[in-house]
Amino acid sequence: MNHDTTSKILRTVPREKAFYFFTSIGNYTGESASSLKEFMDKINGINVKSLEFHLYRGDFNKWMDEVLQDKELAEEIIRLQKSNFSGNILRNQLYATISRRIKHLTNTLEKSHRQTL
Amino acid sequence: MKLKNNTLILDDTDLEILEALQEDSRQTYIAIGKLLGISHSTVYDRIRRMEQNGIIKKYTALIDTEKTGTKSITAIMTVFTDPKESEKVAETLSAAPQVLEVYTSLSEELQIIAKVAAENQESLHTFIANSVAPMPGVLRIRTSILTKKFKETQFAIVNNPKKLTFIKETYNINGEK
Repeated sequence: MNHDTTSKILRTVPREKAFYFFTSIGNYTGESASSLKEFMDKINGINVKSLEFHLYRGDFNKWMDEVLQDKELAEEIIRLQKSNFSGNILRNQLYATISRRIKHLTNTLEKSHRQTL
Repeated sequence: MKLKNNTLILDDTDLEILEALQEDSRQTYIAIGKLLGISHSTVYDRIRRMEQNGIIKKYTALIDTEKTGTKSITAIMTVFTDPKESEKVAETLSAAPQVLEVYTSLSEELQIIAKVAAENQESLHTFIANSVAPMPGVLRIRTSILTKKFKETQFAIVNNPKKLTFIKETYNINGEK
């Protein structure tokens, strides 16, 4: 994965491309995330119903694939979907998955910075 | 119907005409005249002036969508907004073809209430997630999908002077209240 691809995944997207958290059809929580980092930060505070609603509709993997353009993370989320977790177990698993991915992307970015120096 | 200080004041005959039109807007001026005991030209003149002044906004058909076989769902969406942005949110919602009616509501928090129609639950959610939630000033949204209709009508003009005090409004010549 090159520097540009990694930076693109970690970028902040415009308001209209952000992820908006709902608890059910048409019920918006008022929380949104404009970057993967912000998404991770929101996971711990958001109503777990919202996480369940979006995970099993495929909204998370769709946003990560189509907006952030991170196919690898989208596939990991699909695997998580298949494990049928719910409640706080799902919250913790989701947080761990995103946090791992951010760490990996940040390391990749730092490595490429060091190589260019 | 009188014109006073550039303001149109409705009298009992106007209200009786409106009542007749609400009952059946396709009836002729002659039929309305016969019903009210006035000439058809009087009916015509009064209706024309009420149209010109925006008291009669339009003539429309009340359709039973269940019988048309058109698959659609209707929902009532309550949008909680930042007071500074609420006017803009209401205007933007009003411009969307999916939105049938838009109101502001007085309560503890500023709310915009809108009636929304969509092909199905998924397209309703897509509209709200992609077009309503991202609007600046939108704080939260609550949506109720309507399941069964028990009644649908317009607020009726009641031709009883005792009951008219709250609907006898004055309109200026430009059609504004």
